[in-house]
Amino acid sequence: MYTQALDLPDGGVTKPVALADTTQAGPQARFDATVDSDGRIEPQDWMPEAYRKTLVRQISQHAHSEIVGMLPEGNWISRAPSLKRKAILIAKVQDEGGHGLYLYSAAETLGTSRDEMLDALHSGRAKYSSIFNYPTLNWADVGVIGWLVDGAAIMNQIPLCRCSYGPYARAMIRICKEESFHQRQGYEALLTMMQGSAAQRAMVQDAVNRWWWPVLAMFGPPDADSLHSGQSMRWGIKRISNDDLRQRFVDATVPQAKVLGVTLPDPDLTWNEERQHYDYGAIDWDEFWATVNGNGPCNRERLATRVKAHNDGQWVRDAALAHAEKQRHRAMKEAA
Amino acid sequence: MSNTQKEWPLWEVFIRSKQGLEHKHCGSLHAVDAAQALQMARDVYTRRQEGVSIWVVPSSAITASAPDDKGELFDPAGDKIYRHPTFYRIPDEVGHM
Repeated sequence: MYTQALDLPDGGVTKPVALADTTQAGPQARFDATVDSDGRIEPQDWMPEAYRKTLVRQISQHAHSEIVGMLPEGNWISRAPSLKRKAILIAKVQDEGGHGLYLYSAAETLGTSRDEMLDALHSGRAKYSSIFNYPTLNWADVGVIGWLVDGAAIMNQIPLCRCSYGPYARAMIRICKEESFHQRQGYEALLTMMQGSAAQRAMVQDAVNRWWWPVLAMFGPPDADSLHSGQSMRWGIKRISNDDLRQRFVDATVPQAKVLGVTLPDPDLTWNEERQHYDYGAIDWDEFWATVNGNGPCNRERLATRVKAHNDGQWVRDAALAHAEKQRHRAMKEAA
Repeated sequence: MSNTQKEWPLWEVFIRSKQGLEHKHCGSLHAVDAAQALQMARDVYTRRQEGVSIWVVPSSAITASAPDDKGELFDPAGDKIYRHPTFYRIPDEVGHM
């Protein structure tokens, strides 16, 4: 499961919404008090329109990321190197589908429909995590996705378990419980390869080199350029800033890379005694925005695969609905 | 959206995590009928043996209290502390009661 700058604006024009609707002073005050006291907002509670919109955008982007995230790994199910790895990968990809479902359900409690969200994804209006627009070129990529991509996602998602919107927070708790398996299986697959031949070790290093920078970009733009961060923090949706999460991730990952025996492709990566953190080099934000805006290595392929899968499944959805309808009629006739 | 009416109906899922415990709401899903809802609930919510029994209920069948009625419904119990055992002082020598 994977989130990044979940506050990225979707395509199209979003009208700015007044933050405090003065005609709603009572409910607004109650809402503010709940959020300020770290309480939870539930679907039926009054909430500002902008809060609702932000959540729909963020949760649906998050859900889209889950189901698009099934694609790069799904590619490797038929080519997994052993039955054990295949079973693990199937379980992981199935989890991602489940995570998408928890999140779509959470978003639906805000009054949007599943079809509307899928339509936004399929028409290219909605964003998903930029990381899935990079290709999985060799088997080590599957391991690196688990270790780094899921690792970054966990870093992002743990604070979301305390999100002010109840259904989102509950979905995140469920997801985080399952996520640890994803990271550990990836790291373990890489450890196994590192104990193999020189060629296998080179595959791991190559995969790490390709994924490292896109993974750092997953945390979203620097705090100074982050569009919605301040408001999201105020609302208790976002708890920790993009840069702080990125720093935590770097600090946690450097020792893991050492144990694994790979180098991280950043000559500027050094321990800063004064800050008690690792310093790291500059991220290529032009590449990030190009990928977010549809021009990454695999954007077209991912979306086309997703749309095809959805369209190919249309007859199944129609048939299931028609069958259930027929059963209902038959039951009614028998009862009559 | 034009095709929203073709969406499968929404179901609420309740899972009993182990024998002897109550069913607890765990989420929702779309399914055409009860049998399919059960099957999907099993796939989505019990991948790691989280349950021994599942209930599925059409979301449309649930009647919920309104948030605006919260005060009227629940505040009256707030000052009735005599409904709790801790309201009553009993001599220590009586022991557990």
